[in-house]
Amino acid sequence: MTQTPPALRLSRITKRFGALTANDDISLELASGEVLALLGENGAGKSTLVSILFGHYVADAGEIEVFGQRLPPGDPKAALAAGVGMVHQHFTLADNLSVLDNVMLGTEPLWQLFSRRKAARARLLETAARFGLALDPDAQVASLSVGERQRVEILKALYRGARILILDEPTAVLTPQESESLFATLGQLVAQGLSIIFISHKLDEVLRVSQRVLVLRAGKLVSVRATHETSKAELAELMVGRSVNLPQRESRMPGERVLQLRAVSAHEAGKRLLDGLSLDVRAGEIVGIAGVSGNGQLALAQLLCGTLAASTGEVLLKGRAMAATPRDWVAQGVARIPEDRHAVGIVGDLPVWENAVSERLHTPAFSRCGIVRRKAARQFTRDLVTRFDVRLSGIEAATRVLSGGNMQKLILGRALSVAGEGGTPSLIIANQPTWGLDIGAVAYVHRCLLDAARQGAAVLLISEDLDELFAIADRVAVMFKGRLGEARATEHWTRAQIGLAMAGSAAATEVADAA
Amino acid sequence: MRLEARSEVSRGALLLAPLAAILFTFLICALLVAWAGAPVGRTYALLLDGAFGSRFAIAETLTRATPLILTGLAAAVAFRARLYNIGAEGQLYVGALAAVAVGGLHGGTGFDLAPQLLFPLMLLAGALAGALLLLGPAWLKLKLGVDEVVTSLLLNFVALLAVSMMLDGPMKDPLAMGWPQSVAIMPELEFAKLLERTRVHSGLLLALGLSVLMWLVERFTTFGFALRAVGANARGAAFAGLPVQRTVLCCALISGALAGLAGVGEVAGRAGYVTLDMSPGYGYAGIVIAMLAGLHPLGVVLAACFVAAVLVGADSMSRVVGVPNYIADVIVATALLAMLVAALLTRYRLRWGRA
Amino acid sequence: MMDFLTTLADMLASVPFWIATLRIATPLIFGTLGVLVCERSGVLNLGIEGIMVAGAFTGWLAVFHGADLWTGVLVAALTGALCGLLHAMLTVWLGVSQHVAGLGITLLASSLASFAYRVSFPKVSTPPTIEPFAPLTALQGIPLIGPVLAAQTALSMLALLLVPLLAWIIYRTPAGLALRMVGESPAAAEGQGLDVVRVRTLAIILGSMLMGVAGAFLTLSAFNAFFFNMVNGRGWICVALVVFASWRPGKALLGALLFAAFDAAQLRLQQAGGILPYQVYLMLPYLLSIAALVFMARRAAYPQALMKPYRKGER
Repeated sequence: MTQTPPALRLSRITKRFGALTANDDISLELASGEVLALLGENGAGKSTLVSILFGHYVADAGEIEVFGQRLPPGDPKAALAAGVGMVHQHFTLADNLSVLDNVMLGTEPLWQLFSRRKAARARLLETAARFGLALDPDAQVASLSVGERQRVEILKALYRGARILILDEPTAVLTPQESESLFATLGQLVAQGLSIIFISHKLDEVLRVSQRVLVLRAGKLVSVRATHETSKAELAELMVGRSVNLPQRESRMPGERVLQLRAVSAHEAGKRLLDGLSLDVRAGEIVGIAGVSGNGQLALAQLLCGTLAASTGEVLLKGRAMAATPRDWVAQGVARIPEDRHAVGIVGDLPVWENAVSERLHTPAFSRCGIVRRKAARQFTRDLVTRFDVRLSGIEAATRVLSGGNMQKLILGRALSVAGEGGTPSLIIANQPTWGLDIGAVAYVHRCLLDAARQGAAVLLISEDLDELFAIADRVAVMFKGRLGEARATEHWTRAQIGLAMAGSAAATEVADAA
Repeated sequence: MRLEARSEVSRGALLLAPLAAILFTFLICALLVAWAGAPVGRTYALLLDGAFGSRFAIAETLTRATPLILTGLAAAVAFRARLYNIGAEGQLYVGALAAVAVGGLHGGTGFDLAPQLLFPLMLLAGALAGALLLLGPAWLKLKLGVDEVVTSLLLNFVALLAVSMMLDGPMKDPLAMGWPQSVAIMPELEFAKLLERTRVHSGLLLALGLSVLMWLVERFTTFGFALRAVGANARGAAFAGLPVQRTVLCCALISGALAGLAGVGEVAGRAGYVTLDMSPGYGYAGIVIAMLAGLHPLGVVLAACFVAAVLVGADSMSRVVGVPNYIADVIVATALLAMLVAALLTRYRLRWGRA
Repeated sequence: MMDFLTTLADMLASVPFWIATLRIATPLIFGTLGVLVCERSGVLNLGIEGIMVAGAFTGWLAVFHGADLWTGVLVAALTGALCGLLHAMLTVWLGVSQHVAGLGITLLASSLASFAYRVSFPKVSTPPTIEPFAPLTALQGIPLIGPVLAAQTALSMLALLLVPLLAWIIYRTPAGLALRMVGESPAAAEGQGLDVVRVRTLAIILGSMLMGVAGAFLTLSAFNAFFFNMVNGRGWICVALVVFASWRPGKALLGALLFAAFDAAQLRLQQAGGILPYQVYLMLPYLLSIAALVFMARRAAYPQALMKPYRKGER
C-alpha cells in the first residue's frame, strides 16, 4: 500500500524581487485535516509564499504539489481547480453585486448562454448549511458586516469544493467574539477533512488554532514546531530573531484638558458618520479608540485632522473652537498621523523634502510672499531625517520609494515638529500608526508616542489592534456605528468586554460597570 | 508580458522618451507615405525643408508655433493638477472673439480709447474669456464630480457655434461679401512683426515669456507646489492642508487664460479678424504638445516647434508630392500615443514571462 | 401658452417627428451601448468619436468598392475592433491614462480616415455616393408604430434588437457577470480565476465594434457618402448618455430616444424659423448632454473600478 500524499507540499520555493529575496528555499508539507500556522512579522514573506501557492506570482525556483499532483506555476485557475481556496486579508468582493454573484463568478463556462442561478443558489445554501455559515444569497455585499463578508469569502472557496483553505491574517478585522466564531468554523472545516493554512503574526491565536507552527523570518523558514511543544515566548523569539523591548505605558498624572468633543455629529453625502460624540483628552495621557474597521474611526480622525467638518456639536482645542481646515489644526500644534501612509500621508511622486514641509509650507518658516524658501526647507528636512533616523538615498528622491517604516518615520517626524523648533505638540492624532510595520518600527512609534505624552502632549490613538491599545493607552473607548462609548481606564477593561462593545452589545458596558 | 516599476526615473530616460516616440512615429508613418505612392526619403526631406529650409520656412514654423506654445502650456498646467482640459480649442475661439469685441473696428471706428489702454484690455479680455469657459467644467468637477473631459469637450462645439453666431450677427464684417468673418481689429492693436516680410509676430515673445513664467511658478512658488501635489495625490494634498479646490480653480483660470491668449495672438498677430477655420485644431494639438513635453513648461516650447514644423512642412510637402497634408494630423496623433507608451516605459520596465 | 401646447401635441402626434427621432437615435444607441460595454469592464473609451469616423469611412469605402451593405457594416465593425484592440493594449495591458489614450485614438482614427480618403480620392470635389440601406416598407402593416418603423432601415432595427440582447448578456450570462465583476472589483475576479486583462480586452473590442457600426450607420443609412465632419461630437454625446443611463442598456435606449426627440424637435423649430439664430438650436444637443451629466452627477452608480488600471500584485 502506498502512502497517501500530503494535501500540499511546497518544495524549495525561492522568489526574488530585484535585490530582495522574499522567499528563500522554503519547503513545507500540510497533512489532510491539519491546521498549519504560518507565523511571521510583516514583511517576513508570508504573503509572497501564499501568492506563489495561489498562482499570483511565479517562483524563481521550487515546486508545488497538491494531493500528489504538480501544480502548474502562475495559474490561479489551476490552483482553484486543484482545490486550493484563499481568503485574503483585504477582501476581494465586489460591493455592488450580490453574495450569489460574488460566489458564482467563474464557476460556469464563460460562454454559456444563461446562468443557472436557481441551481447555484440551492447549492450555495446547502454548502452554507453544511458548514454552519448562515447567509442571504441575495444580499448586496455592501450591506454586510465585516464578519459576514469574511463568511462570503470562505463560502466562495467552499462552493468551489476547496480542500485546502488559506486564510491570510483572518482575525485582523474581527472582534474577539467574531474571531472565536471563526475558530469554531475552522474546527468544523477540519472535522470535515479540509486542511488549513492560517497566516498570522498574533501568537495567542496561532497557539489556539493550529497543530503545527511554521515560523518565517526575513524570507527564510526558521523553524517548524508542534504547537503543543512550544510556547509564546519561544515563538516570539523565533519570529523576531532578537529581543525587542516593546515599550509599556507608565502611570502619569494627566494635566489640563486639551481636546474636548461635545456631542459632535458629522455627515457626508447624507450619511451620518459620527453620532453625538463626547470625549476629553488631557495633556499627558494616551486615549485609545477601539473598534471594528468602518465604525466611524476614519471620520473621527478626519474631524480631528481638519479634513471633516462637524455638522453639530463643539470641537474645542484648549477651549478654542476649531475650524475644519488642516492649517488651523497644524497652527495650533496638532500632530497628525493618518491611517494610510501612501494614499493620504504623503504625495509619493514628490521629493522627500517637499513632503517633509508640506503641512507648514505656507508659514514664514518655509515661504515668503508665495516663494518657497528651498534652502530652509531642505535644511529642515535634513535635520528631521537625522533626528528620526529615516533611511533614504537622498532628500531629493521620490517619497514613494521609501520603505513603509521609513515613510512612517518621515510622517511622524513631520507631525511631531508641528510646534516648531524643540516644541512638543499639544495634541497627537494617530490613526493606526503601526499598521503593516515590523516589530522594530512598531516599538519606535510607540516610544515616540509615549515620550510625547510624558512631555505633556495629549494623544488620541485610534487602532484596530487591541494588543497595541492595551500596551500603551491609559484609557480606552470603543466606537460602534459612529457612536463612542465611555473612555475607561485600560485596566478596567477585559478583552471580552471590549469585544462585546466592538460588536455593539450593550451588555459590555453593564459588565464593565459591575467590574 | 508584465510591467515592473522602476525604483528611480533617470533624467536621461525622460529626455530620451520624446525623441524615441518621435522616431517611432516617423517610422510608422513612413508606411502611410509609401501607401500614398510617394518615395519616403524624399517626402520626409521635403517636409523638413518645408519647415526649416529657408528663412521664410522657419518664420512660418515659428508663426505656427506661437498659438501652439500657448495651447500646449494650457494643457500642461491643467494636466499637472490632473485637470483634463480638452477644451482649449473652444477657449482659443472665445479668446479670439473677446479680442475682437474689445479691439475691433465696430462701426468702422472701434472704442474711443487710447491704444495703450485698449491693448492690455484686449489681452485681458481674451484671457478672461478663455478662463471663464473652463471655470464651468472645473467647478462641476469639484462640486459634483462631473468628468471635466466630456464637459470641456462638449463646450468646444458650443463655443464654436457661439462664435459662428456672432460672426453672423453683431460682429459680422459687412465688407466680407457674406463670408463668416468678424470685423477687423484696429490696426493700432496689432502685434508688431518680429521679422521683416514674414508673419512672425511679437506674440511669440509673449508665448516664450509665459513659458518661462509658468516654469518659475511651478518650481519655486507655494502655488506651484500645491499644483503638483494636488495632481499627484489630491487626498494627500488635502491632508497636508493645501487648498485643493482653490488650486484646481486657479489652475483652470490659468489654463483657460493661456488658451484664450492663443486666440488673441491669432487675431492680433496673424489674421486680424476671426474666422471659423482660424484654428486647425490648435487646441487638440496642445494636448499632444503637453504630453510630448512631459508637462514641462519649457519642454512645451520645443514640442510646439516640433508640431508646428510637422504642420508647416506637411503643407509644403503635399504641394510637391501627392501625399495629402492630413499626414501631419496622423503624425501628431501617432506621436501622442507613442509618447504615452514611452513615458510609461520611463517609469516601468517591460518584462516577458509571468510575475 | 395654449398655443405652445397644441404645437407640442401636434408634433408628438406626427409620424415624421418620430421617424426623425428614431433615425437620429440609431447611431446614439449603437454608440452608447458600445461605451457601456467598455465602461462596464472598467475602461473609459474616449476613442469613440474617432472610431465612429473610421467606421463610417471604411464601411462606406467597402460598399463603394462593390461589397454589399452588410459586408460594409462588418468592415466598420472590424475597424472598430482594431481601434479597440489598440485602446486595450494601451490602457489595459500597459495601463496608461485612459483619458489621454482615448483622445489619442480619436485623433489618430479620424486623421487616418481623412488621410485615407484623400489618398483614395485625390481629385474629387463632390463626395462619391453609394446606394444606402433601403427603408423596411414591409413593416408598414404593424399597428400604431408601423409607419414609423417602415421609414427606418435594417440597421435601426438591429440597434433596437441589440438592447434586450445586451441586457440579457450583461445580467443573465456568466460572461456578463465576468464583465460586471472586472469593472467592479478586478481583484475579486482575479481571485476567482478570471483573466482580468483578457475580459477587459474583449469588452473594449466588442464595445468598439459597436462604435464602428454607429459610424457606419451615418454613411450607409442616414446619408450615402462620407464627409469629414459627419460625426460632429456624436461620440462625446454617447459618453454623456452612458452616465445618464447609469450603465443600463434599457436606460441607454431611453436616453438615446429622449435625446433624439429633443434633437428632432429643435430641427423642427429651426425649420419653422424661430426668432433665435439657428446656432442656438444646434448648441442644444451639447448643452443637453452637459445638463444630463450634471443631473446624474450625484445619482450615478459608477462601476467601482472605472478608470483604475489593474496591474497584478499592485494595490
